Amino acid sequence: MIFDVTVEVRLRPGIADPQGATVERALPALGFDGVSGVRVGKCIRFTVDAPDEATAAAEVDDLCHRFLTNPVIEDSVVSLSVAAGTTA
Amino acid sequence: MAPRIAVIRFPGTNCEFDVAEAVTGLGGVADIIFHDQTDLGGADAVVVAGGFAHGDYLRPGAIARFSPIMSAVGAFAADGGPVVGICNGFQVLTEANLLPGALQKNAGLKFRCEMAELVVASSDSVLTSSATVGDVLRVPINHFEGNYTCSPETLAELRGDDRIVVRYAVNPNGSVDDIAGICNEGRNVVGLMPHPERACNELLGSVDGRVMMGSLLAAAGASV
Repeated sequence: MIFDVTVEVRLRPGIADPQGATVERALPALGFDGVSGVRVGKCIRFTVDAPDEATAAAEVDDLCHRFLTNPVIEDSVVSLSVAAGTTA
Repeated sequence: MAPRIAVIRFPGTNCEFDVAEAVTGLGGVADIIFHDQTDLGGADAVVVAGGFAHGDYLRPGAIARFSPIMSAVGAFAADGGPVVGICNGFQVLTEANLLPGALQKNAGLKFRCEMAELVVASSDSVLTSSATVGDVLRVPINHFEGNYTCSPETLAELRGDDRIVVRYAVNPNGSVDDIAGICNEGRNVVGLMPHPERACNELLGSVDGRVMMGSLLAAAGASV
């Protein structure tokens, strides 16, 4: 089965985010008042071919830990679904 | 016999010749080793040079740590061999878990390219054995992601075990505890953001990097 996977890589809470802070500081000049808590991360999409969802999820979890994130400063949120056109 | 220093070159590394020049100027022999090699050619010490290994894609050092040569560097370090990571090389060593912590974007989002003053915090490392604690060394920095960070537990360990090797006199990037460089438990692996290899010739405005590169050559010589 093919699964669509989206991994959101985020800076862990408490880790300074100079990029997010810079974006936030620019907002009032554009007329966006009241926006706060801006954090910049990245989004990585790919597909995984696995026999079932649990196997796919375990593989993605391992991939996130060993490669896509640096656990010292980042964590990740994974969403995984059966790819369109694939029979369950 | 002159100590042999393996200078690791990934696609995107750009400081390997500066390191080789500094090593040669101090009487060592530099071998530039490409990242797809699997052995260090009998080197007495390793320098992971700066630049943008693998384009810094994903995160600086994230892809470089999986390069074939890194298994050899890891084994060499585990055997007590002297290993120094400079700038991007420091990032590679943290990603490879040879040093703790991580390097994130500079506070203020500025690329910092300037002469920095470093205060030697420990002389018990392969890079500072010829220096004295409290020495102030003028060594250039040249980085965007040099803001060293780690967990409070790791920081306590680094402080308690005298593993902070150099600190900035004036913090340019927001690093925790003004850290510019640290070493591992065995004190044979050092990572730092500043470039000592660029401070080994009067024409470059400082020769203070010689004490660091000289310490490394001495450590390499001791393991010949």
